[in-house]
Amino acid sequence: MKKNAMKSASLLLATATSLGLVLSGCGSNNAGNNGAASPSASAPASESASPSESASPSASAESIGAGKKIGMATDTGGVNDKSFNQQAWEALEKVAKDTGAEAKYLESKKDADYQPNLNQFVKDGYALTWGIGFLFDDAMKTVAEQNPDAQLALIDSTVDMPNVQSVLFKENEGSFLVGVVAGMMTETNNIGFVGGMELPVIKKFEAGFKAGVAAVNPDAVVNTNYVGDFSKPDLGKLAAATLYDGGADIVFHAAGGSGNGVFTEAKDRLSAGKKVWVIGVDKDQSLEFGSEVTLTSMMKKVDEAVYKVTSEALSGNFQGGTTTVLGLAEGGVGLPADNPNVPQEVLDKVEEYKQKIISGEIAVPTE
Amino acid sequence: MSDNRSFREWSRIFVASSLWVPIIAIVLGLVCGALVMWIGGYNAFEAYGALFDKVFGSKYDIGETVRTITPLLFTGLSVGFAFRAGLFNIGADGQFIMGMTGATLIGIKIDFLPWIVHAPLTLVGGMLIGGLWGALAGYLKSSRGVNEVISCIMLNWIALYLSNYLIRTLVLKPGTQRSELIRDSASMSIRWLSSFMENARMDWGIVVGLICTSLFYIVLWRTKQGYELRAVGFNPEAARFSGINVPKNMLKSMMIAGMFAGIGGVFEVLGVFHYQVISAASAGYGFDGIAVALLGGNHPVGILLSSILFGVLTYGSAGMNFSASVPTEIVRIVIGCIIFFVASQGLIQMLYKPFMARREAKRKEAA
Repeated sequence: MKKNAMKSASLLLATATSLGLVLSGCGSNNAGNNGAASPSASAPASESASPSESASPSASAESIGAGKKIGMATDTGGVNDKSFNQQAWEALEKVAKDTGAEAKYLESKKDADYQPNLNQFVKDGYALTWGIGFLFDDAMKTVAEQNPDAQLALIDSTVDMPNVQSVLFKENEGSFLVGVVAGMMTETNNIGFVGGMELPVIKKFEAGFKAGVAAVNPDAVVNTNYVGDFSKPDLGKLAAATLYDGGADIVFHAAGGSGNGVFTEAKDRLSAGKKVWVIGVDKDQSLEFGSEVTLTSMMKKVDEAVYKVTSEALSGNFQGGTTTVLGLAEGGVGLPADNPNVPQEVLDKVEEYKQKIISGEIAVPTE
Repeated sequence: MSDNRSFREWSRIFVASSLWVPIIAIVLGLVCGALVMWIGGYNAFEAYGALFDKVFGSKYDIGETVRTITPLLFTGLSVGFAFRAGLFNIGADGQFIMGMTGATLIGIKIDFLPWIVHAPLTLVGGMLIGGLWGALAGYLKSSRGVNEVISCIMLNWIALYLSNYLIRTLVLKPGTQRSELIRDSASMSIRWLSSFMENARMDWGIVVGLICTSLFYIVLWRTKQGYELRAVGFNPEAARFSGINVPKNMLKSMMIAGMFAGIGGVFEVLGVFHYQVISAASAGYGFDGIAVALLGGNHPVGILLSSILFGVLTYGSAGMNFSASVPTEIVRIVIGCIIFFVASQGLIQMLYKPFMARREAKRKEAA
């Protein structure tokens, strides 16, 4: 009797598991491309000299990719993560369209998948293989060592191998500028920061942001709250609620998918009659979450970097062994072109600090 | 007569049902998956061909498939063993993580031993820690009657965060989210086999897994202890009445189940990664193990076969996406279909039994 009950319970569980698998498949499908900024949408936002994307002659670009293949392995976030995997993939699709090359991606479901996924592309003779995110660090190094002829590229981490091109961003510089915005616009002198995980790359966001706030408003306090995950909007909402309850009126998030919860919390408060702001990350998030809560965004142009490096590799200028660092000067980070919620005097101040950072007058801390 | 007996011997492999049920389940799952692909406009033959090709296409892929199978085999054995004693070990995931953590700590912190001592010591250490984690749930069940499902789920989370904490404080590689590499003297990788298999990550895990599979059989069916465990599983009241110490046996079964899962974790560190990452969620091998054990009818040979099936599906599904261009969402639905049918054995039996009964009746009529 008891065994029977247990059996049916376990059966139910297995059914639920498989159903969950099916449903999650559908879910991520639905969660697809809605509201995401496409690379072309962010391309006009060239407030400074944007990477050579627009400069590349489109006439000859038509043929450089013909017959060549570009691959991309996502991290466990998957290709529809509304963050850098998605940005990178959209950029590759654009490259494929512009150059006639063929682009493919493989999603990694577990950490153990990184190496086989990279290898799949390498062994199939792909002209360039991308690993998206710092999680690829070790797998990329191993694959690069084992396949000295392969051309590989990596975002957010450095692998010191002659056949790997690494792309890093100066998130601290862009965060400094949104820190300036927050510091000047806060009314409570209380500002919040929600981070995904305590990684060096997220620490760069935090350090730059704090420095920016301190530069224009030494009286303001910045409280931080780390979610511990990049894909838990519920925890992001909770983290934001804690900060808003503590008196913050502006919260900057660098928490990937968890950050969606920060926007939800801000909207809830707005509909309850309390005006609060969120500063978005990676792309212009006002396009997705509306400009009634989005003050501005710290854009990290993964798409432009992927586009540039890929086009260069296709035209035979793969720069293996180098590390490309994209900061304010290179247009790799920064504010969106359009900031309806930020007054002109603040934008002027931002521009002033931007020039100071580019000229080297201000060195933004990284941790 | 003797024919009949050998058939019965053979069918003991699938105690819960006959040999046919899982086979029909797999076929039905494949057909259903094919239907889904057909509706989606994809060639099912090509897709399954790509799956097969991905798994057996090269020596690298064969090696990586074995690597995928290994942890599933261990967690399958873990869940299956506890099932035999009437317990639902949903905590294999946590025990797996504790095994990993134990291996990481012992593999890094001890640096003066030769391979012949260090590697086995690390294996035993990780195994014991996994076993203790299982025994914790077993103790709560046997002494306090705490439902093992609930305590196991909670212990999974505790294991995850405890492991993250230990790695962060004791063996973190600065500036990253992972531990240092384990010492070479603790490595369980087989270098010559890896280079023979085109750099696939080969280790002793599968060998130890096969040994554990036979131990599973020997302990349960060839020892007095195993008889007691099974008696408890069949009917705890009757077992108690016939003088078997039920709580002690429950504790033992959970401990052994935890050891199996722990060894799986050990090889994930010593064989595959050589380090452990700080992760926000577990890789879920423990939960896959539940499905493996269910499909395998909680019999060692069945578990071995079903872990092979799951490993092949898991690793090969990337090929469906890659070569046959079936989107990952559809691939997940297909895999979900197969797991669904495989798990709902009762459904198959419902279809299968009337068919058999009719055949039986016909035979009687003829006689």
